[in-house]
Amino acid sequence: MVTRRGDLMPDQEAFAFAAAAREAKPRARKPRAATKPKSPAAKRPREPKAAAAPEPRARPTAVDLAKRQRDISVSEFFAKNRHLLGFDNPSKALLTTVKEGVDNALDACEEAGILPDVRVEIRELSETRYSVAIEDNGPGIVRAQIPKIFGSLLYGSKFHRLRQSRGQQGIGISAAGMYGLLTTGKPISIKTRTDPKKPAHHLELVIDTKRNEPRIKLDETCEWEKPRGTRVEIELEAAYRGGQHSVDAYIRQISLANPHAQITYVPPKAEEHGAEHVFPRVTDEVPPETREIKPHPYGIELGVLMQMFRDTKARNVSSCLQGDFSRISSRTAGEICKRAKIAVTRRPSEVTREEAEKLHQAILATKIMAPALDCIAPIGGELIERALRAEVKADFYASISRRACVYRGNPFLIEVGIAYGGSLPAEEPVTVYRFANRVPLQYQQGACAITKAVASTDWKAYELQHPKGAVPVGAMLIMVHMASVWVPFTSESKEAIAHYPEIIREMRLAIQECGRQMAIFIRRRKREAEEAKKRAFIEKYIPQVAIGLQQILGLSDPDRDVIVSNLTLVLERSRSN
Amino acid sequence: MAARKTAAKKPKSAKKKTVDLSDLKARNAQMDALTLEMIREAAKRVHSDILKHAKPDLTFPVRSLKNVSYSGKQGFFEIGKQKKVRTLTVNTVKSFAQTLRMMGLSKELVENNDFATKRDAYYQSKNWDEARFDEQTESDTVMDDIEALFSVRNLSREQLRFIPDEHGGAVAGRLIVLDPDRDTGEVERIDCTRFGSGAYSIPSTVEQLSFETDAKFILAIETGGVFQRLQSHKYWQTADCILVSLAGVPTRSTRRFIRKLSDDCKIPVYAFVDCDPYGISNIYRTLKVGSGNAAHLSQFFCVPQARYLGVTPQDIVDYRLPTHPLADVDIKRAKDALKNDPFFKAHKPWQKAIEQLLKMGVRAEQQALAKWGLNYVIDEYLPRKLEQRAQFLP
Repeated sequence: MVTRRGDLMPDQEAFAFAAAAREAKPRARKPRAATKPKSPAAKRPREPKAAAAPEPRARPTAVDLAKRQRDISVSEFFAKNRHLLGFDNPSKALLTTVKEGVDNALDACEEAGILPDVRVEIRELSETRYSVAIEDNGPGIVRAQIPKIFGSLLYGSKFHRLRQSRGQQGIGISAAGMYGLLTTGKPISIKTRTDPKKPAHHLELVIDTKRNEPRIKLDETCEWEKPRGTRVEIELEAAYRGGQHSVDAYIRQISLANPHAQITYVPPKAEEHGAEHVFPRVTDEVPPETREIKPHPYGIELGVLMQMFRDTKARNVSSCLQGDFSRISSRTAGEICKRAKIAVTRRPSEVTREEAEKLHQAILATKIMAPALDCIAPIGGELIERALRAEVKADFYASISRRACVYRGNPFLIEVGIAYGGSLPAEEPVTVYRFANRVPLQYQQGACAITKAVASTDWKAYELQHPKGAVPVGAMLIMVHMASVWVPFTSESKEAIAHYPEIIREMRLAIQECGRQMAIFIRRRKREAEEAKKRAFIEKYIPQVAIGLQQILGLSDPDRDVIVSNLTLVLERSRSN
Repeated sequence: MAARKTAAKKPKSAKKKTVDLSDLKARNAQMDALTLEMIREAAKRVHSDILKHAKPDLTFPVRSLKNVSYSGKQGFFEIGKQKKVRTLTVNTVKSFAQTLRMMGLSKELVENNDFATKRDAYYQSKNWDEARFDEQTESDTVMDDIEALFSVRNLSREQLRFIPDEHGGAVAGRLIVLDPDRDTGEVERIDCTRFGSGAYSIPSTVEQLSFETDAKFILAIETGGVFQRLQSHKYWQTADCILVSLAGVPTRSTRRFIRKLSDDCKIPVYAFVDCDPYGISNIYRTLKVGSGNAAHLSQFFCVPQARYLGVTPQDIVDYRLPTHPLADVDIKRAKDALKNDPFFKAHKPWQKAIEQLLKMGVRAEQQALAKWGLNYVIDEYLPRKLEQRAQFLP
């Protein structure tokens, strides 16, 4: 799981960073240019000149300048671009911090093959200040690595690894630590132990924002009741709120999507609201490790194909196809080349644009095995249902884990779980839980392919009310999980899945399958209710018919009882056929 | 001159007199017996079905304008042949039980010589345990169904001893109403000239009434305002007539009162209402031929001899009356009348008049005549109209 994300996700983040850094530079320069003009009105027309004029003179010092700018850009960037990292506002900052911590913890445990046991504690220090602690039973961190992991943002060796996590924002726990430092001035506190025989380490770090280096404030060994694991504590400016974007909702959903993890949650003011919430694990199996795959030829774009021909180390087209793509055997490669009328022995670097186009078309026309599925780790239908049962009090549960499919050469897999009835509110729009690679998506519900798939399913056929173009109304919770080597998000903030028709189609098929099962249940229940109502009707009103007749005809009580028994018989007989 | 004659009769009417009610009582007893008989018959059929282990049913005529026919000869709406059969099933068992209990209540009322208003009946049902009604509209519907069921034998709701809550219109003029006490037969003579600036109010049942009058016609007036004007100027004296205020769509008892008065005393009825689709197709039409959804009893509750004095669409032109534009609902109502109402479909002059109204696109109220002076209606309009009775609309 880690590998697949590591391979593909960071690019997007790196892009985000690069873009932001580029943006940050001119900003840093601006104040200088602005000091020159005397009046603000005169500033605009002169600006280009002012920027151009010092250039020849500044050239020798540009390197130093760039270096300095870079050093300050970390905090500059961070202060100005919080929203890119998920720290838009105090309540989202709290959520992002928790998310990064939990993602790290789950990843660390899974990598080490340990069943995760994660504890999340939030304490309210004042109305705007909170302390977040995330504790896991993972393998722990070697002392020497600690400052690198938690103490540097852009240059740390661990930075890449941290971005490889399931982290939604990808920026990692150090960003949360930095946010904490920026808003409260308090260091990030780490306690970790790798071996029950060795003592635990306790460190307090701040990031030197000028140098972007960790500075150790406290370094000690200490006693810890935990034989192994890590505890990270960050103090930050935040706000604790309820609703679908809340930490509470996140914890609930992350436990649904990670049924192998036990999560203990201590919300703020736990002492008032009654202690901690434990979300127990419903399975003892750690999800299998997934492996990296090469792109599948279906859905590869022409430009990418041409680029691959240029970059490949293979000597001929056939071995390039075999080696750089998944699921292409020499026979399939031969078939493709034959169809494109290109010799298998041709050098890839000599393939012209026209030939590449022919090959591209030939690939689409050739039957190629679906990508390997072991690169995807689904939760599994049964586990989804068990997780739902543990989490939601409902009358009916259904789940499905579909077969892996391909969009643009990327294998993906859709899973859906439904809970219906019970304590779920019947008069409100259904709750939609969205997941991408076991991570809950809490923002931008309207822009997400999952929402589209749910809203475009005909729920009336499944006995729910369904306002046009919206999610249905009824006592239902639906969770949709997309597992893929590459989840196509609509933006770097990774909050909504893009609308690929192949993906929406798979989602809809999965939803429909669960919907059908649910409809059978609802109809049966309706029928039973109807029967019960009829029975009650018969018992209630037949005596009244008899009393009416008795009154009019002056019948005796035994006569009246005959009416009741006769009528009951007649109506019950008619009811059953 | 005629006025003086009536005045001479007055001293006589002051003395109380007992009439022999045996006739009326005999007729009532006969009707009561018929009512009881019918209730028992319906119940017996249901009972015997049950004893045979069959599903009992009750058959009701369909009550709606769609199931109504009109013929000029008979002069009133007649309910059609469409029937709805209510078979006792799980789904109908509740209303079936309620229908039977309601019939039982009717039987009780007849036997005790009592009556219940619609609302009374609704509250009575609160004793019926599970068969009780939750809303009065439910009990009214069941009552209307029973009434329709028995209307085939010319039984009205009043004979079932259910009476409407609404009271009737007001009456003033050259009329003495003879109202016998239900128990003693002692007759109350009610002189409708002697209500000063007030008026006699039509009771909810009128079958027991009889009349003495020398009036030449009955003038049925839509609005209280015009009635008040004619009454306070004693128009009934100058014109030798009886004034009846309809107060909107006339209630059953008002229609029955006018009908009985007109039948018994052989005097014509003229309607004087607003010139708008509501006045024509709701108030006048209901007065004359009955209402669409109670067509099963139009036979009694209508006044086929009524004629339309005004205000006519032509009056708007002739008297240059101030007008208001027709609202959308007015236009819809008028078109609906032309298209769907059997009464208007049977009368050419009415079609012409309504089309004229639609073409002008305006409406005029009775009181619009006040443009020419407050008493113009008394001094000019009515006398002129009454000279040309042949031109009254049917």
